[in-house]
Amino acid sequence: MVTATATDVVEAVRAVPDPEVPVISIDDLGILRDVAVEGGVVRVTITPTYSGCPAMEAIRARIERVVTDHGLCAEVTTRLSPAWTTDWMSERGRDALRRFGVAPPHVRSDEPVAVGLSVRRVDCPLCGSHDTEEISRFGSTSCKALRRCLSCREPFEEFKAL
Amino acid sequence: MPQGDSLTAAYCLHLGDDALIYAQRLGEWISRAPQIEEDMALGNIGLDLLGQARALLTRAGELDGTGRSEDDLAYFRDERDFRSVHLVEQPRGDFGFEMARLLWFATYQCELYAALVDSRDPVVSAVAAKAVKESAYHRDHAEQWVLRLGDGTDESHVRMQDSLQAVLPYLAELFDDDEVSVAAASAGVGALPSALHDAVVERVGDVVVRATLTLPHEVTWRSRGGRIGVHDQSMGHLLAEMQHIARSHPGASW
Repeated sequence: MVTATATDVVEAVRAVPDPEVPVISIDDLGILRDVAVEGGVVRVTITPTYSGCPAMEAIRARIERVVTDHGLCAEVTTRLSPAWTTDWMSERGRDALRRFGVAPPHVRSDEPVAVGLSVRRVDCPLCGSHDTEEISRFGSTSCKALRRCLSCREPFEEFKAL
Repeated sequence: MPQGDSLTAAYCLHLGDDALIYAQRLGEWISRAPQIEEDMALGNIGLDLLGQARALLTRAGELDGTGRSEDDLAYFRDERDFRSVHLVEQPRGDFGFEMARLLWFATYQCELYAALVDSRDPVVSAVAAKAVKESAYHRDHAEQWVLRLGDGTDESHVRMQDSLQAVLPYLAELFDDDEVSVAAASAGVGALPSALHDAVVERVGDVVVRATLTLPHEVTWRSRGGRIGVHDQSMGHLLAEMQHIARSHPGASW
């Protein structure tokens, strides 16, 4: 039964929601780098999205609570390197964001990108139109920018590619 | 001259204190910026810097043998123990001043962190790899505003030009080769400040030209001494505001 408990607790840690965008789990967001159960200790490694992400404390607390609920002890480590990138976000996570009304980050390529006025195509998560524009490069959290759709006129948030 | 771990600790204080003090200044803009989007932008930029400062101050406390935490270093050091440059402690001016300061500082940080990605210290290297992307975003934000204000109305043009002049006396200090930075650079931990100068000036100069402004050169006075703990009057006021709750209620938490 020890194995079943280990699987359960790993699944429970993976399912911990992001406090800012609760429709996406820390695993789908790519913050969760590693979970290992060794005896009664669950070692969890997380990587912050941004240097100053204020949600890290809340994420750590939720992981600890979930692990404690399984009768085990949590050891949560923050790992800075390699730096988090939106490329670590899963397809399931991207879909969840879109359904939540947040445009998911575009997948970065290694091709050189022209800086300056943005010509990136960001689809409206509400009506799907390509005709959207940036309102502000900074949104309610470091990881998001503000845009509006010129077709359905709704404002929406975009998860910035990093 | 410190060596080994204490040298890395001293160098982390340079980097961390610049980030911490500028984060505090940027936070002052929240509710004071020209638009609510800008309150959020400057708040978010400050938050990125605060995150960098937390990791760097934690590292300094680990390596200097005192066992001080990030909070000990931020809240319980006195003015003479801070190693930040004068540019970041200058009082909040008008929005043009802030964009001039941010353009210079973010461009400087971009070059600095790009060089520090290869630092021999794993924490400095990891912070740099993350921060280099953040600084580029901060720089682009300042750049957009400097272009808009410089190439805007007669009034915004004049004020943006005045702002470039106002930050000028504080720029040379960023590129001074102080003892700690020189030693850290030769130990493979840090970057030589003077080696960053040309790339930063070139990058800012390009923005200034596109903004129909002129890069000023004439200075009658320039700041010195931040890296050895010599600050000006504004630093005392900043620290009083930043530190007073922690000092009035030591160990308080909620």
